[in-house]
Order: sequence, then structure tokens, then C-alpha cells
Amino acid sequence: MPKITYIDSQGNEKIIDVKNGLTVMEGAIQNNVPGIDADCGGSMACATCHVYVKEEWLNKLEKIEDAEQDMLDMAFEPKKNSRLSCQIIVKEELDGLVVNTPSKQT
Amino acid sequence: MIKTDVVIVGAGPVGLFAVHQLGIIGLKSEVIDNLDKAGGQCIELYPDKPIYDIPAIPVCTGEELTKNLLKQIKPFKTNFHFNERVQEISNQNNNWIVKTNKNKIFSSANIIIAGGVGSFEPRKLPLKEAEKYEEKSIFYSVRDKNKFKDKKISIFGGGDSALDWALELSKTSKVTLIHRRDEFRGSEHTFNEVKKLEKQGKLNIKTKFQLASIEGDKNIKFITIKNDEEKIIKIETDYILSFFGLVMKLGPIAEWGLNLDKKHIPVDSEKFQTNKKGIFAIGDICTYPGKIKLILSGFHEAALAARACFKNARPNEIYKFQFTTSSKEIQERLGIKTK
Repeated sequence: MPKITYIDSQGNEKIIDVKNGLTVMEGAIQNNVPGIDADCGGSMACATCHVYVKEEWLNKLEKIEDAEQDMLDMAFEPKKNSRLSCQIIVKEELDGLVVNTPSKQT
Repeated sequence: MIKTDVVIVGAGPVGLFAVHQLGIIGLKSEVIDNLDKAGGQCIELYPDKPIYDIPAIPVCTGEELTKNLLKQIKPFKTNFHFNERVQEISNQNNNWIVKTNKNKIFSSANIIIAGGVGSFEPRKLPLKEAEKYEEKSIFYSVRDKNKFKDKKISIFGGGDSALDWALELSKTSKVTLIHRRDEFRGSEHTFNEVKKLEKQGKLNIKTKFQLASIEGDKNIKFITIKNDEEKIIKIETDYILSFFGLVMKLGPIAEWGLNLDKKHIPVDSEKFQTNKKGIFAIGDICTYPGKIKLILSGFHEAALAARACFKNARPNEIYKFQFTTSSKEIQERLGIKTK
């Protein structure tokens, strides 16, 4: 199972085995990783599962859709490496993916 | 004081269907919602997105679903209290007294919380200092545009609200529109109009910039904005308008003494009652073993909670299960003329 590393804004790290096919958001919610709210449940409607993807992983992800960019406009302190974790689907190639969660989601 | 059988908190699809389920068994309800219209998340977050899992409706949008639910509950002539949030509740002789932030008071044997993920509120600017200027120099909506006449306005956001107000206020004020990227998600037509004004020198646009600091004393004097290359620009500003959409906050519900599991309210799966008698929670806000956050689950929860409300509202009557297809009583309540 791919290992996903979630690092919160204080630098606390949690490494979680996330099943292929789940999203990075689901991996967090199901394992009580703090820092991801996911208010809308993954329908790309709220921007509260916002994460910063570690630079070297950015180009390994599926390209960002317009609708996701639109939602990221609303996110708390979006940066160049911002993504919605509900749109990142875990697969073998993403084993080792590192995401940072923002200091807050709203 | 408004007396009713059930106060429903939340006018989303599940709250609306609760009106129906209460209505057909002869109970009156009053609906309170912080938004300015019915529909909840369906209207606010995804009015145009198709929904494919409403039983017997192969596809409909959030807006269509809301419209049809409103049509379905029309016979019950329910009162809606929009732009109001329930502030506090108290119990008097087995009756719940519900008070809103506009000091409206309700008395009811039952409260059904159909609050989704909480009440919608404008997403605030991330800077700490923003708080002290809120409602003085920083606004998240425009109530009186005359306030901004001949002033220097910095508008943040990339959606229709930001574009519309940039366009409108540039007629009378010095407007700078600031957005984090070159693409705007607002309507193309408005965007082109805004671009035209920029060319004519009637408005400034700064893209790929975000707010970095707010400087001032009682009022804002200027702000600085920063891009990814750490370039900083200072902009003289009297007022900030910020349009970053809405967020959902549980709000005062968290203070009602209900058991909470993170942002959810645990209920039993027989009546969907909370730890307080007469207070029910249905839809996305409730949780119980096996809970699925689907609109159709919320409808089921509404049906069962409504029956449980009957016992509290009419303690001396016996609830009799009836079908809409055959019950004259129900058909009368629905305003259907029977032979």
C-alpha cells in the first residue's frame, strides 16, 4: 500500500498507508489525520481539504482541472503547489507522496 | 413568540423534506436558515452540478431539486425565516424556546436540526489584523455602495462578486482588483468589461498577487500585496472588499449542550434524536453507525424524525400510519380534492 506523509503546519508528521484508489483526503479522514476538514465530502465544492504538495511530487500528479483551480481561489493561503486532496487519487506511483496541511482550512 | 410544533434549523433539501413529512402527518413547522434562500449546499455550493442519485429522478441539478421540494411543500404554507441564525435554546416545561440572532423567539416541543455542515458564513481574510477592521474598513459583502464613493477600494477575489463590484464601484471610486492568478472564474462577459476599464485606466488589476499586510490605525491607510516571487506592492486603500466565497461553521449549535463528534451530532437511528429529548438531527449534520452523507439518507431520517416529533407535539393523540395514496386526511392536507 502506498505510504502518504501528512505534515501539519507545526511540522508534526504522520505516515499513513492509504489504499490505492482512495483519495489523499479520504486517507486523512479515515485515519484521523488532523488539518483536513473536507466539509463537502469530496465533491470539490468547499476547498477545506487544501494541501501543499511537496514540489518534487507536483508533476507526478494528474493535471489540475479548472474547477479545482477555481475552488483553490477560495482556499486559505493558496500557493503554487496547492491542491485539493480530494482530487489526488492514491496509486503505486504516489508511494512516498508528501503533503503539508495549511495552518487552517478556513 | 411564535408557537409551532417543530422548529426546523436549516432549509436545505433535508430540512425542506422534513416540512413535508411533518405536514402530511398534520404538524406545523417553522424553518430558520442563515442564507437568504432555501436550498442549502445544493444552491450555495453546486446549483448547476447534476445529481444522479435521487430515487426515481435520473438526473437533476441542485437548483431543480430545491425548486421541486419547495413545490412539494407548498400546500403546507410554511413560514421561512431567512438570514437568521438560531442563537440560543432553552427548555421550559418540556418546550423548547428558540431564539434567533434577530431576537425572534419560537416555542416548540421539537427542534429538528437539518443544518448540513453548519451555517454558511463569508470566508474571512487570513491575516490576523483583518479582524479589527472588520465592518469598519473590511467588508465581506456590500450593503450600501454609497459608502465607497470617491474612496480607494481594494477588491479581492476572482469570482462574479469580485468582478461585479469592481465594475460597479469603478464608476465612483478608485478600484484595484487583486486575484491570485490570471484566470478569473467569474463570467467571461463581466471579465471582458473589467479588462476594458483597465485599458482605459479606470481600474487597476493585479493578478498573481495576494494580500500580505494591512497597515493603518483606526482605519486602513494602505495594504501590501505579494506575489510568488516575493515582489511586494503597496496600495493606498480606504476599504477592502473580500469575496472568497462561503465557509460552513457549526456556530452556536456547538453551545447547546448536545453531544458532538467532531462537527457532527450523534443520534439514534430509530428517531434520529440527539442526547436531548425533542431535539433531532438529520442529514449531513448527524452521525450514527453506518451513516452515509447522501440526500436520500437525509430524506429517510426526516421521515422517521417527523413521526417521533408527533408524539412530543401531540402527547394525547395516537399517531396512525397512513399512505398518501389512500389517506383522505393526508390528501386534504396536501390540498387535493377527493371524490
